[in-house]
Amino acid sequence: MSDSIEMMSEEEQVGSRVNGPARPETLLNIERVRVPDDGRPIDRPVKLASKHLSLWYGPKQALSDVSLEIRNYEITALIGPSGCGKSTFLRAFNRMNDLIPNVRITGQVLLDGEDVYGRRVDVVELRRRVGMVFQKPNPFPKSVFENVAYAPRLSGVKNMGRLTEIVEKALERAALFEEVKDVLHKSALALSGGQQQRLCIARALAAEPEVLLMDEPCSALDPISTLRIEELMRELAKSICIVIVTHNMQQAARVSDRTGFFLLGELIEFGSTDDIFTRPADSRTEDYITGRFG
Amino acid sequence: MPLVDDATTVERAPARPLTAKRFRPFEALAENIIFAASTVSILGVFLIFVFVAREALPLLTSRQIQEEVTLSTLFTTRMWQPVGVEPKYSVIPLVIGTLKVTIVAILFATPLAIGGAIYTAEFAPRKVRELVKPVIEILAGFPSVVLGFIALMVLATFLQKITGVQSRLNAFVGGIAVGLAITPVIFTVVEDALTAIPKAFREASLALGATKAQTALSVVVPAAAPGIAAAIILGIGRGIGETMIVLMATGNAAIISWNPFDSTRTMAATIGQEMAEVVFGDAHYTVLFFIGVMLFAITFALNLTSHAFVRRITRKLGSLK
Ligand SMILES: Nc1ncnc2c1ncn2[C@@H]1O[C@H](COP(=O)(O)OP(=O)(O)O)[C@@H](O)[C@H]1O
Ligand SMILES: [Mg+2]
Repeated sequence: MSDSIEMMSEEEQVGSRVNGPARPETLLNIERVRVPDDGRPIDRPVKLASKHLSLWYGPKQALSDVSLEIRNYEITALIGPSGCGKSTFLRAFNRMNDLIPNVRITGQVLLDGEDVYGRRVDVVELRRRVGMVFQKPNPFPKSVFENVAYAPRLSGVKNMGRLTEIVEKALERAALFEEVKDVLHKSALALSGGQQQRLCIARALAAEPEVLLMDEPCSALDPISTLRIEELMRELAKSICIVIVTHNMQQAARVSDRTGFFLLGELIEFGSTDDIFTRPADSRTEDYITGRFG
Repeated sequence: MPLVDDATTVERAPARPLTAKRFRPFEALAENIIFAASTVSILGVFLIFVFVAREALPLLTSRQIQEEVTLSTLFTTRMWQPVGVEPKYSVIPLVIGTLKVTIVAILFATPLAIGGAIYTAEFAPRKVRELVKPVIEILAGFPSVVLGFIALMVLATFLQKITGVQSRLNAFVGGIAVGLAITPVIFTVVEDALTAIPKAFREASLALGATKAQTALSVVVPAAAPGIAAAIILGIGRGIGETMIVLMATGNAAIISWNPFDSTRTMAATIGQEMAEVVFGDAHYTVLFFIGVMLFAITFALNLTSHAFVRRITRKLGSLK
């Protein structure tokens, strides 16, 4: 008897998983697109880490004692309500916060174990290794080609053949080449929003970065363009490390391997995306992803 | 379901018909005042042009004046000697003088103003920028007679010591002084053009590993190029029209010479100098007004071009602001 009851309940569970909202153990109704074996390295070493990182804008504290490890060949999503410090945290990795006056930082940020705020670190070199894509597509008012050639030119590539090679490869990697191959020398501002954002990704990829930081890269895009970029991210994660800030929880759940939840400058919870979205340890995480606040 | 409940229970003011357009007296008044003001200023400029052109018209219509000077002799003879037994009217020396002074002024002012604007907009700490910008804008309103005076007394002597030229007052001295006068004008427009470039471009460039200088030179300045062109053209326009400084600092000799160290005379200075002494309605008077028409047309064309460039920059960056 007891056996058959258990079997029943298991069947029910399977059934409810297919049918949607009533399943008891998941908080969001999202199909994970990723299959476990997608050709990425199994061994995924720590690429980036923050240790007891705190950051102040003048007197205002924006990050409090954030420690977390980000692995290579993975997509790490940072979620949390507006103003909780996600962008600030992301920009700590390529030191874009340096540009803002009166910023004070304590703790460490490590890239392959090296402190990026170390005294002898060359910010230019750091930013070549850690690329960034911004919220609003921001291609330069130059041609498509010149946008992508920007970083290689900075690092001294002059040979036109070599440049063309790099540009085409970066556009291929950003899944944009087919769409723009006939307009390479036309203004990048004539592209659609989604194309512009992929161009910005290609522009970042042309510098051959090891890490790609993406700050709400889809928030200005339509759903189709968003999906294309998510697909692209999964493809790129086979070769680089990706950190994405998003306020779209579906996106975090769809695309990432690990998720960190920020609230008021603190890292509340960090774990595998499956765990965060199915059995969060902290009630505040649960409240946030079920839409009770934020 | 609860949505429907809400919709039926919420108290709403009864909808006004769409056609019940309200009369908004203040808006209407403000609109009319603005319209009147712009109409008056456009009309004013137009009337000034009509007046100047009308005074120059006898050059084309009056037999009596055409005995002394015609449109073609203005450009084919080579002497400007309006006073004397046989007055000679050729605008060639004046055009050359204007060109010389303006070229010197632009060559002097452009690098100074653009360099300063790039430094202020892209490199200077905020405190420096907040100090430099208003100071330079005040300099733009500096009385040109004072600049002319400085050029006449100090600059001319100084430059003569360095260059050892014969005529103390010449196109070069005048050009430098005019350059000083138009530097703030060019600076202000260039600085505005640079700061109008969205921060997103700078961030993108820096995040790609560019230095501040590389960012300024390969992203910001090219993006602001139309604005910079507009600034230079505006500067040329100001330089051509500048009167007081050239009157005081160029030596005022209407001679045909491309040597910047010879004394020279510009179109604007000629009007400024001679208009007070002419006989109303005679040939000299008419020719001076004709020079006025030329100046008006040149500066008008330059301003139009400058505006076209500014429009181009707004169109170019419109989607990103
Ligand atoms: N440049 C800045 N100067 C001062 N305060 C800032 C600056 N940028 C962000 N902040 C503050 O830091 C906090 C975190 O901001 P941010 O990292 O942009 O949040 P999020 O990306 O999660 O929305 C916010 O309270 C914001 O007001
Ligand atoms: Mg943000």
